[in-house]
Amino acid sequence: MLELTLFYIASIVALSATVLAMTRTNAIHALIYLIVSLLAIAVIFFLIGAPFAAALEIVIYAGAIMVLFVFVIMMLNLGERGDARERQLLQPNVWLGPAILSLILLVELLYLISTVEGPASSGSVSPKSVGLALFGPYVIAVELASMLLLSGLVGSYHLGRRFLERG
Amino acid sequence: MQELTVPLNHVLFVSTLLFTIGMLGLMIRRNIIFILMSLEVMLNASALAFIAAGAHWGQPDGQVIFLLILSVAAAEVAVGLGLVLQIQKRFKTLDMDNANRMRG
Repeated sequence: MLELTLFYIASIVALSATVLAMTRTNAIHALIYLIVSLLAIAVIFFLIGAPFAAALEIVIYAGAIMVLFVFVIMMLNLGERGDARERQLLQPNVWLGPAILSLILLVELLYLISTVEGPASSGSVSPKSVGLALFGPYVIAVELASMLLLSGLVGSYHLGRRFLERG
Repeated sequence: MQELTVPLNHVLFVSTLLFTIGMLGLMIRRNIIFILMSLEVMLNASALAFIAAGAHWGQPDGQVIFLLILSVAAAEVAVGLGLVLQIQKRFKTLDMDNANRMRG
């Protein structure tokens, strides 16, 4: 019972923090709500038996990726002008159409998912078995991920270096 | 004991709702920083679905795919934020409506 209650609390926190993040006008405020949402999702991972994924969610997502966002937002030094523009763009006539259309799809998808049966978790999956799978059958995927990260590094260095030189 | 654990479809509901919020954010925001954040939310929602499926069958594969999604998200954010710097320098704004030409 405790597990179920914790799951619902974490879900409500994750969903409301994400909604708040998407509707802020200030980028830093949105980022902090997003970090709360990521931490809540890490709690869900832990509850459904994936402690390794929960740790990685906090360390890499909430730690590394969000800090990247903070650095860039602080480098850009956005002022009040951006706030006013964002507030003007968040009027209901801008978002009502897309919201209704995606709500229809959401209801259909939720209806389909509601036929799924069974518990979410059948025991905790240990980091050891994840590592064995990662470097056994999925070793090609690990190599591809390393290539992707290298290309990301080269690409962001290239873009950022030109910013620093001419800026 | 069985009825006390979290049902799989509830985890998938949360994942679907998060994905929809991210998609709505992607469609209604014009600021490129918010667009990148919405992409993060969507990737995270799909990662939650993978983890739930992996945990449902007690297999590590879901967490392996989570790791791959994590590296995709990291690479995407690194390049995306590099582009944010370039756009801010070139157009003096982060509004994507001002940067809709292929050739600035």
